[in-house]
Amino acid sequence: MDKNKKKEPLIHITKRKEISRSREWAIRLGSILIALIVCAIITTLTTHLNPLSVYASMWEGSFGSERKMWALSKELSILLMVSVALAPSFKMKFWNLGGEGQVLAGVLATSACMITLGGKIDNAPLILMSLVTALIAGAVWAFIPAFFRAKWNTNETLFTLMMNYVATQIVAYFIIRWESPKGSGKVGIINSNTEAGWLPYVAGKQYLLVVLVAIVVTILMYIYLKYSKQGYELSVVGESENTARYVGINVGKVIMRTLIVTGLVCGLTGFLLVAATDHTITTTLAGGRGFLGVMVAWLAHFNPIGMVLSGLLIVFMSRGASEISTAFGLNRSFGDIITGIILFFVIGSEFFINYKVHFRKSGKEAADA
Amino acid sequence: MKKFLALLVSLLMVLTLLVSCGGGGDTTGGGEEEGGGEEGALKVGLITLHDENSTYDKNFLDAFNESCSKLGVEAIIETNVPEGQECYDKAMDLVDKGCSIIFADSFGHEDFMIQAAKEAPDVQFCHATGVKAHTEGLANYHNAFAAIYEGRYLAGVVAGMKLNEMIDGGTITADQAKMGYVGAYTYNEVVSGYSSFFLGAKSVCPTVTMDVTFTGSWYDETAEKEGANKLIQNGCVLISQHADSFGAPTACEAAGVPNVSYNGSTKAQGPNTYLVSSRINWSPYYEYAIGQVQNGGSIDADWTGTLDTGSVEILELGDVIAEGTQDKLVEVEAGLKDGSIHVFDVSTFTIKGEALPDGFEADVDSDPEYQADTPAVSGGYFHESEYRSAPYFPTADPIDGISLLDTAF
Repeated sequence: MDKNKKKEPLIHITKRKEISRSREWAIRLGSILIALIVCAIITTLTTHLNPLSVYASMWEGSFGSERKMWALSKELSILLMVSVALAPSFKMKFWNLGGEGQVLAGVLATSACMITLGGKIDNAPLILMSLVTALIAGAVWAFIPAFFRAKWNTNETLFTLMMNYVATQIVAYFIIRWESPKGSGKVGIINSNTEAGWLPYVAGKQYLLVVLVAIVVTILMYIYLKYSKQGYELSVVGESENTARYVGINVGKVIMRTLIVTGLVCGLTGFLLVAATDHTITTTLAGGRGFLGVMVAWLAHFNPIGMVLSGLLIVFMSRGASEISTAFGLNRSFGDIITGIILFFVIGSEFFINYKVHFRKSGKEAADA
Repeated sequence: MKKFLALLVSLLMVLTLLVSCGGGGDTTGGGEEEGGGEEGALKVGLITLHDENSTYDKNFLDAFNESCSKLGVEAIIETNVPEGQECYDKAMDLVDKGCSIIFADSFGHEDFMIQAAKEAPDVQFCHATGVKAHTEGLANYHNAFAAIYEGRYLAGVVAGMKLNEMIDGGTITADQAKMGYVGAYTYNEVVSGYSSFFLGAKSVCPTVTMDVTFTGSWYDETAEKEGANKLIQNGCVLISQHADSFGAPTACEAAGVPNVSYNGSTKAQGPNTYLVSSRINWSPYYEYAIGQVQNGGSIDADWTGTLDTGSVEILELGDVIAEGTQDKLVEVEAGLKDGSIHVFDVSTFTIKGEALPDGFEADVDSDPEYQADTPAVSGGYFHESEYRSAPYFPTADPIDGISLLDTAF
């Protein structure tokens, strides 16, 4: 035996330089396929249900009827808007975990306008005022941590996270102020009789407007990130702050500006949640989308168009999970387990897209070499 | 690439294999499913805020499943539905699935159920704990509650008996007979609950007083535990609660203070301190409402379950109850049933030193200004849950003998 010969490890990993589009997608689809198989095995073992009928019911949950497709589109639109809002922050490597609070700020501003001004001024100015205050509220909520980060280099992860709790508590306070009936801790549908401040239906479809807004925002964000100077600047800051400084970019200014963009879109989302879809205010109206949106954005590598796909995957599975629990009388957690497994594989596939795994060649081959 | 394709193909084959195997098992499963949905079987929907892990929702889910299997109707259950647009979406989805009657269990679902009721006039919508059916004027929208204040009163009698035992045994003096109550919000339902509980205790132990604290949440284990501990430190010798977690019972067990529970027995959490619990049994309502749809009858806009309908239940008694409690309970329950005892008998309590006068008005119709609108005192007692099913006992000032420690919520 040649003792000096270094033993090759069983597995070693190298970074891929380039990978073809088709290969990339083959890996992705392959991983979903494996995930489905793993889920099928787990489903059969734990529930004794036929995995195919479970999958069919997941499909049913999203596309089973026209109403469900609209509900899916609405959910996707709202989630997409939050994801699109967060994309510039994360592309700049600003860990904005405050989407939840930024959306809630918009929710609160819109509700405040609708509750205090409903019936006192006309609908058009009321809607406009709700929109403007929601945009400002969202932007301010995102600007605060950006300002501290730019001026004093505070940790944005903690800061944005804490801002969520502050927003939640402020909303909780106002819910008690506006509650009806007294002591119930619920606001109910705002202006349910007058529909003051409600956005109109487009073409008779309640959710169409939200879908249209989401499409426009997504396209605009795509253009902003890909073709605008500001979009380029924030990606340079994301790659390296020092490089950015070297080429003369004012890093602090870019951080604050980018977070205002994020906050504006989050505020707009909050506005839509109250004025177009839910017409109420609760502390959980943002519904975790501020965090889910991070995943959607990452999965799509911050490409707003790609986020349509990753967002669809997430919404589809969430609705599917709910449908499974209804159709088979299972606990919602089971649907969440399935969702978790599929996401695990999807996220895992990114590893295999970026890296190549080499196995040690058999002993003989190695000796020959 | 070839290797990869090979892998893909083999995976596909495995999947096909699995499908064919699974398919075999499915025929029976699918058959059963179709069997359940046979033609003519009524479809009935239920929307719940959480799932069976919440004691509140479990109470509804168990009753619903039991009633549906008893009546031979097909149950479709949507759990974890938040109090927002999602509730409307799910309700309409249940309509699409062919449900003739749809129930919801949480107060915040009400507006969204009304929204759905307006859109689907042929389907009956029944909302538990809601307050708007009698003013909304929709033929297919209904509220339901139970006269749970009678259950609370009975639980209060058990508590009063325990206090008497403590006084007689010399553990406390008569004027130390102070109870504590952990409430959720300063909401009518909670106020009616602690007031009737207090009056029950007072009916057997005249010197009793009570401190009430609020948590600002229907379910917050830590806050409920802390609330109970605070009350115990303030000198409360017996604790009860209107909140859904095991927070208060656990705190009581640790401190050795007797506890009166709600919604379910907590004997397991507090074997040495659990006295009694009361709860609403929703089965009678489900059977009534579904039965009306089956027979083509109409459902009352407001339905209030009572001790007689079996909607108000007193659960198992604990091991540490005072002697004679059982007999006393039977006696009081009979009195409540035959109308010789009224929980809110105006001769038994005062508010700000005065008895409620005849014709005293309560806020029964919900409006933003909380204006009193309906005379609720006549014949010598306050008529709770008669003019609408949800309680409306006045919240402004507590009954004398009760002190509210905080009213922020």
